[in-house]
Amino acid sequence: MVAKNDALDPLAGRAPLVLDNPSFKDITDAVLAPTERSSYRGWWVGFLVAVMFLGVLLVSIAWLFWEGTGIWGINNPVGWGWAIVNFVFWVGIGHAGTLISAVLFLFRQKWRTSINRFSEAMTIFAVICALIFPGIHVGRVWAVYWMFPVPNQMGTWPNFMSPLLWDVFAVSTYFTVSLMFWYVGLIPDFATMRDRALTKGRRLAYAIFALGWRGSMRHWLNYEKAYLLLAAIATPLVLSVHSVVSFDFAVATLPGWHTTIFPPYFVAGAIFSGFAMVLTLAIPARKIFKLEHIIHEKHLENMAKVILLTGSLVGYAYAMEFFVAWYSGNPYEQFTFVNRAFGDYAWAYWIMVSCNVITPQFFWFKKLRRNVTVLFILSIFVNIGMWFERFVITMSLHADFLPSSWDYFTPTFWDISTLLGSFGLFFTLFFLFVRWVPMIAMAEIKAVLPQADPHYDEHHATTPDKTEEAVAHG
Amino acid sequence: MAETKDWGMLAEFDTPKDIYHACEAIRDEGFKHWDAHTPFPVHGLEGAMGLRPSKVPWIALAGMIFGATVGFTLQWWSMAVEYPGIIAGKPFFSWPAFVPVTFELGVLFASFGTVFGMLAINKLPTFHHPLFNSERFKGHSDDKFYVSIESRDPLFDKKKTKKMLKQLGATHIEVVAEEA
Repeated sequence: MVAKNDALDPLAGRAPLVLDNPSFKDITDAVLAPTERSSYRGWWVGFLVAVMFLGVLLVSIAWLFWEGTGIWGINNPVGWGWAIVNFVFWVGIGHAGTLISAVLFLFRQKWRTSINRFSEAMTIFAVICALIFPGIHVGRVWAVYWMFPVPNQMGTWPNFMSPLLWDVFAVSTYFTVSLMFWYVGLIPDFATMRDRALTKGRRLAYAIFALGWRGSMRHWLNYEKAYLLLAAIATPLVLSVHSVVSFDFAVATLPGWHTTIFPPYFVAGAIFSGFAMVLTLAIPARKIFKLEHIIHEKHLENMAKVILLTGSLVGYAYAMEFFVAWYSGNPYEQFTFVNRAFGDYAWAYWIMVSCNVITPQFFWFKKLRRNVTVLFILSIFVNIGMWFERFVITMSLHADFLPSSWDYFTPTFWDISTLLGSFGLFFTLFFLFVRWVPMIAMAEIKAVLPQADPHYDEHHATTPDKTEEAVAHG
Repeated sequence: MAETKDWGMLAEFDTPKDIYHACEAIRDEGFKHWDAHTPFPVHGLEGAMGLRPSKVPWIALAGMIFGATVGFTLQWWSMAVEYPGIIAGKPFFSWPAFVPVTFELGVLFASFGTVFGMLAINKLPTFHHPLFNSERFKGHSDDKFYVSIESRDPLFDKKKTKKMLKQLGATHIEVVAEEA
């Protein structure tokens, strides 16, 4: 067999979850090093660039509030422009974190411990970016509280039959639950930072967030149960959120949108884009912060496999949309899809297809899955492709039922500056995260080290294979 | 700190294996007011300590039922009673359309129940604890494993307990003080 001497093989491989056989203390030192070093020139450069783009976002929003949504390229048929595209794009990215922390936890995928903190943080920051867009797209921002069921002097209530309102509940619940999940995971790690703090201010700050955690087993018992429950709660949640986002489109009786394939197809696309973003962020971070023995090829390869699976699902969905448009015999449906592929936005459609359908197919090859540079480049293509997917879907508005009102959407300067600015917000939060919060779940990583097993080396003399087994499977 | 008295005894162990077996022995001795402190949840240690299952799931369940009930009632009341309007020709009480929000609020309150229930049962936040007086205890969040036995335990006896902990393989034992 080929896989015989392959340490990364999923079945026969013996590569441990964490390389170099570190002790518990080594893990603490390696993970906390980025937060304890006093100066990082590279960090400052990246942080300041991100803050600059954050400034671009704030200026764009300020001008939007002052002048109104007319500063964007939206026109009469295309009432939903980049704001919705960006919203769906960011929410989609926000799916990998909870998937890794919840779904993979329930499936006992121990390799998740190396990347879960990192991707949960990414999730939270992506959802923050996402939440901005519907909020600023409403036009009359001073009435934005009408989105919520708040008793008011007009005696009105929001329309609970509208998918847009379901979205308010779905995305804000998702954000709240993800934040709590992340914070619960962080409590023991904040305690570590508190106990290692050298200055009084630092100790006080981390002590507040650690809530007086003292590693008590009586606490761990409830803590672990709570973590398991949160995973069980978040699993249907993560699948429901992008389904509800897809209802924004699917519940509208418009050709190209009104289809039952949307919820599963959106969820697959969200996981696809989320994992791509995790790769985009993790590959440089593991190198800069010297965490390559904790996030190693095994983890990256596993993520590439998820991308291959979900990318193929997305490709299947694209094909199925076309098939159903033809098979339904509905001329409006048929026109919309032919128009997507060969009409005014054909360029966007084919960018989407090449990035989302062709790119992941490279991951059939083991060599490419394990090549970090290839992974990084392809992950960026996936990010681009998934943005274009939402663009293509939204832009099918441009040719509506009345040919006289057809119009072409062109983004303005402010559309572009708001999108770039949202990346500024995302990376500002991310840069702060890597310096102030342990970016790897220390307590969880320690628990999957082979020596964490209380029966480690007890049977060493009789069956030497056992420990190797334990190393291989965590 | 003016007046101090003994709160209990803290014993340090080096490996999960050592603390696992130590906990089994202390459990079998019949101690009540004691605890283990570890940098990560040591697998099976709750059994070695003889702890009962967590009650957090019940709070989560209560949260879920509460959230889903509130969500559904809010939608029924506001859409069918307080502010009815004809939307897409559907009945006022179109319950299938109420499923997503009911689900989301059920999930939201289930996780509130889980997180705040867990913190409440654990009595967290507790920023002051006698164990934090021990400089050495800081290892609990890094790579050391501890057993603490409180002096209010009926079986606690400074000399005998210390001897027992020593025999169980503790690498360091100290008496922890608290403000009287």
